[in-house]
Amino acid sequence: MNYLELIGFIQIVLIATTPVVFAGIGELVTEKSGVLNLGVEGMMLVGAVTAFVTLVITGSYVLAFLFSILAGIFMSGLFAFLVLILMSNQVATGLSLTIFGIGLSSMIGKKYIGTPIDGLTPWYFVILSFIIVFLVGYFFYKTKSGLIVRAVGESHNSAHALGYSVLKIRLLAILFGGSMCAFAGSYISICYAPMWQEGMIAGRGWIALALVVFSTWKPSRILIGAYIFGGTSIFQMHLQGKGFRFPDWVPFDNFFSSAPFFNMSPYLATMIVLVIISSNKLRIKLSAPACLTMPFYKGS
Amino acid sequence: MIKLFKYFTIIISFIGLTFSTAYAGPKKVGFIYIGPPGDHGWTYMHDVGRKHMESQLGDAVTSTYIEGVPENADAVRAIRKLASSGHDLIFTTSFNYMDQTLEVANEFPNVMFEHATGYKRADNVSTYSARFYEGRTIIGHIAGHMSKTGTVGYIASFPIPEVVRGINAFYLAAAKVNPDIKIKVIWAFTWYDPGKEADAANTLINQGADIIVQHTDTFAPCQAAEKAGVLAFGQASNQEAFCPNAHLTAIEDIWGPYYAARAQAVVDGTWSSTDTWHGMAEGMVVMSPYNSKLMSPELIQEAINMEIAIKDGTLHSFEGPIYNQAGELVVPEGQNADDGMLAGMGFYVQGIDDELPQ
Repeated sequence: MNYLELIGFIQIVLIATTPVVFAGIGELVTEKSGVLNLGVEGMMLVGAVTAFVTLVITGSYVLAFLFSILAGIFMSGLFAFLVLILMSNQVATGLSLTIFGIGLSSMIGKKYIGTPIDGLTPWYFVILSFIIVFLVGYFFYKTKSGLIVRAVGESHNSAHALGYSVLKIRLLAILFGGSMCAFAGSYISICYAPMWQEGMIAGRGWIALALVVFSTWKPSRILIGAYIFGGTSIFQMHLQGKGFRFPDWVPFDNFFSSAPFFNMSPYLATMIVLVIISSNKLRIKLSAPACLTMPFYKGS
Repeated sequence: MIKLFKYFTIIISFIGLTFSTAYAGPKKVGFIYIGPPGDHGWTYMHDVGRKHMESQLGDAVTSTYIEGVPENADAVRAIRKLASSGHDLIFTTSFNYMDQTLEVANEFPNVMFEHATGYKRADNVSTYSARFYEGRTIIGHIAGHMSKTGTVGYIASFPIPEVVRGINAFYLAAAKVNPDIKIKVIWAFTWYDPGKEADAANTLINQGADIIVQHTDTFAPCQAAEKAGVLAFGQASNQEAFCPNAHLTAIEDIWGPYYAARAQAVVDGTWSSTDTWHGMAEGMVVMSPYNSKLMSPELIQEAINMEIAIKDGTLHSFEGPIYNQAGELVVPEGQNADDGMLAGMGFYVQGIDDELPQ
């Protein structure tokens, strides 16, 4: 890999990883407040299609992103109503939110599949993703409000006893998570692969969810996890393009040099790091929000 | 009273059942799609074929489709759903629906099935495919002339015979023009992920490829090529609208006449299990208009002449001598590869610098 190729490689990694960072940091905020929202994939799809359709109709990038965020707020607001007010099961509701999002986005986008648009340069968004991760980290560990959100996630009863409105704080966290996921979706349909295709998020929402566990609920580690995953996925393509083979003295060199193994490698790398992280059960227990997935009712 | 009502409903439904079987309404034709009909690629062309069939046969048929069916056990449920809801003819339009199609066909001996690009047949299961590799020969020839860096990037989906055949046909034609041409292959292990396809295209361009060839289903690679200012070939349908300054031509799949003929056979009661493999001569593989902004008139004429030669049989994509990567002669001089070898092709030809996933 020469100098120019290295630059190109880094650029591709940055472009490919940014959407997962956005979605991951949004989900992290939601989970910090004690709510698990498995609807990331669905919210990203609805965000992607809303941005795309708005762009085709109005021709304005600003409106596209604005409407996309509003769509994210709508989707996560629906989720918030179900889990906070009706106190439905968070896992089941999140899963159905994803299924709902897949269907809704297909329906909205039906007429617009294959409409050509001018893509937007991704670099502002790449920079923005780093800024947002920094801001979320600052919010949680340097501000009082961040401390309150964490308190709600760790022990909602204590937070309630102290006079904080648990439901209101959780609602805001869910809405923030939803708008970030939708924003990630709009980045994909407008910058990353400027088009609308049904199901085009192709599992990135689930990767974002895994990242939150991977990061042990620490914002800066979202970046590390996302770039391990994104870097490995692009690097394996790079190796494939170069026709790379492990030398013969490596055991099972034929297996490790095969394209199926290369395609598996990003997931494998993420899994290995996850195993290492979770080998210390205490660390996971300490960093996971204690009230994650627990419903809150004032009477208790 | 309730008992009387019960008998009444049973009788009514019996009458209904007899009438519905005796009444020969329009034949129902079902389609199983792997992607959405709007992918402007593989599924899109099948849907164009379906509409062509409907317009040809008019009231004699009605058609339905199930889109986005994954190539796993879910496919069985989707195919069974069509079979059990009174469909007479079912097209399953992706290679990995093969065993699922046969499984359901076994349960419904009176329903006719047609499986695209597969090789397993039964009394009520036909297979059909197009000789896409004939188009790959033409784009290989064009790439051999147009590549300045001598490096072509190829985004492949899964290591199945159809894809391997395409890479070989492409390389053989390109190497005839430029013996030093290098082909870089990235196996994406997906038919459909715009983001990943764009990443693969960008990686190949970053490594010096100035022409992108794809065997995946969306136009993301073509778009990436347009953005990077390199050239590309479209896949399955004409994609010039998405990448006007990169798109040289595309291999189009024309399924309509075949679908119409097969549905007509069902209407006439003459359907039987067959194995169809049509190419340019029958009009199942068609080249999109060549981009005259990018290609010289001479090159366009050469490509058109090749089309004619392929149609009349004077040019074959796999003319001997052909060696495999190990240097063994697989097709002797003066012969062409036979259909059996093409259908099960699981090796790279000599000169391709890549390891075929097994």
